[in-house]
Amino acid sequence: MKSALELAPATPRFIEAEIASPWKRARRIVRRFTRRRLAILGAIVIVIFVVAAILAPWLAPYNPQATNWSKIRKPADAQNWLGTDDLGRDLFSRLIWGAQVSLLAGVLSVLIAVVLGVPLGLIAGYYRGHLDQVIMRITDALLAFPFLIIAIALASALGPSLANATLAIGLSAVPGFIRLTRGQVLAVREEEYVQAARAVGASDLRIFWRYILPNSFAPLMVQATVSIAGAIIAESTLSFLGLGVQPPTPSWGSMLNVAQGFLNQAPWMAWWPGLAIFVTVLGFNLMGDGLRDALDPKDY
Amino acid sequence: MVVLFLITIMVFASQRLLPGDPVRVWVGEERDPESIAYFQHKYGLDQPLPMQYLTWLGLALQGDLGKSIRTGIPVRDEILHRLPITLELSVLALLIAVVIALPAGVISAVRKDTAWDYAGNSVALFGLSVPHFWLGIMMILFFAVQLHWMPASGYISPFDDLYENLRRMIMPAFVLGTGFTAVLMRQIRSSLLEVMKADFVRTARSKGLAERPVVYKHALRNALIPAVTVLGLQAGALLGGAIITEQVFVVPGFGKYILDGFNGRDYAEVQAVVLVTAVGYLLINLLVDITYSLINPKIRIEGAEAE
Repeated sequence: MKSALELAPATPRFIEAEIASPWKRARRIVRRFTRRRLAILGAIVIVIFVVAAILAPWLAPYNPQATNWSKIRKPADAQNWLGTDDLGRDLFSRLIWGAQVSLLAGVLSVLIAVVLGVPLGLIAGYYRGHLDQVIMRITDALLAFPFLIIAIALASALGPSLANATLAIGLSAVPGFIRLTRGQVLAVREEEYVQAARAVGASDLRIFWRYILPNSFAPLMVQATVSIAGAIIAESTLSFLGLGVQPPTPSWGSMLNVAQGFLNQAPWMAWWPGLAIFVTVLGFNLMGDGLRDALDPKDY
Repeated sequence: MVVLFLITIMVFASQRLLPGDPVRVWVGEERDPESIAYFQHKYGLDQPLPMQYLTWLGLALQGDLGKSIRTGIPVRDEILHRLPITLELSVLALLIAVVIALPAGVISAVRKDTAWDYAGNSVALFGLSVPHFWLGIMMILFFAVQLHWMPASGYISPFDDLYENLRRMIMPAFVLGTGFTAVLMRQIRSSLLEVMKADFVRTARSKGLAERPVVYKHALRNALIPAVTVLGLQAGALLGGAIITEQVFVVPGFGKYILDGFNGRDYAEVQAVVLVTAVGYLLINLLVDITYSLINPKIRIEGAEAE
């Protein structure tokens, strides 16, 4: 019965493929190609920023914290490619160092969310019962709040610093991962291969590791990629509000915070950090979309 | 209701258990122990935590949310004053989002894989990736600083001067609506594409119905249901966005109040704000459920039969 249901959606697609004109099929191939190209573009953007972040000490032409009173708020020229800020610091150098902060916060906070959220979701979905009830009630209650409000609340309570902002963002993203993992587990745990594994006496841990996790991998991977994009925006937002990285450490969000005070005199101070955030986040979103398309069994 | 109850406990606990002594923030680090003890007593902070919680909950149920410790103004008055500002902002943002996303999403789906679709997708990706506060700053830079079309910030009540009010609200509303537009557009596109493959659409087509009524009368109505769900889910994000937007455009709304409350570690403010947010979330969910039945009468009938 179950296998018959699973076959059902495949059949019309098969027929559709048969009658699809060559023109349509060619277009589909082209479309898939462009989609993948966008994903590759996203990956390239990410690699560029990661390399810039790692090589910041060698790539940045100036010390990002070195002030220069003779070059306050100067527009871009041959020495300072993107201009200087209100303390005469080189914006290009600060931008490169800022990539470290953004990527580190983005990746680490999602790591926190995955490490906490996935096991909790596994437990809730696999064992069900009271434990599931408790975990999901709390998760629902947390999900009633906007992600950003929880992050702001935690960050302001913990005190402003990069580590605390990262922790705050990571913790705020946990409920989302719990819910997603639980949903995946609920879908997979009734499958015949899981029941078969249980029947031959595989331990719960082995079942998680060998069967449930690999089968939940695709959506978790997509969620993680897209979450990094969200986390980078969240970090820059917290820094913008003064709840993240503290001066003089350069971060894109805090650079924008300062820039807001000089919109009339030095608008370029606001252009570049925001553009950097935008492009990085776009990169992760493109890659997330690409992954979703590539991993989605329903092709449309 | 259970969720709401849990939320109040969690808010209370999280505010009290996290490090940082608010009394020191309020009275200053160098105060002598006596005055700190006086403040603790005055605001009931020397009571055991469960007592504090019950006192607060009891008063909150009667509509008394306490007084701000920073300003001494009753929190309820402040919220009643500020909430409408944020509501106006949110409604405008929603309006902008729906006006853009609905046609754009439909066109993207109907003209799938054409330039229209690609343009729509690009706009959606932009909306998803651009940081709100930066977009806000760029708009101020362009429309206010360069072109002098609009004031950069501030707020005027619509009852004093509707035109000036809208002139100041349009930029923040647009910024706030950006992410929303993107999410909504994508949802409408993908669910419309999904619905167009359904049997009843094929039936409608095979009856000889023209493409237009097939899309608008049959498919769209069904495709809107997930879109409304997303609308409800995103309402929370709207409030989160309002915090940033109000900060950038200096709008004295509820979002700015949240931020100030958190920064000042003002228990009364934070608790009230969180409570209002949670109630708002539940109300929105209710609204979403009602909207379902308006879009699709079948949902109501099925629900009634099930009960």
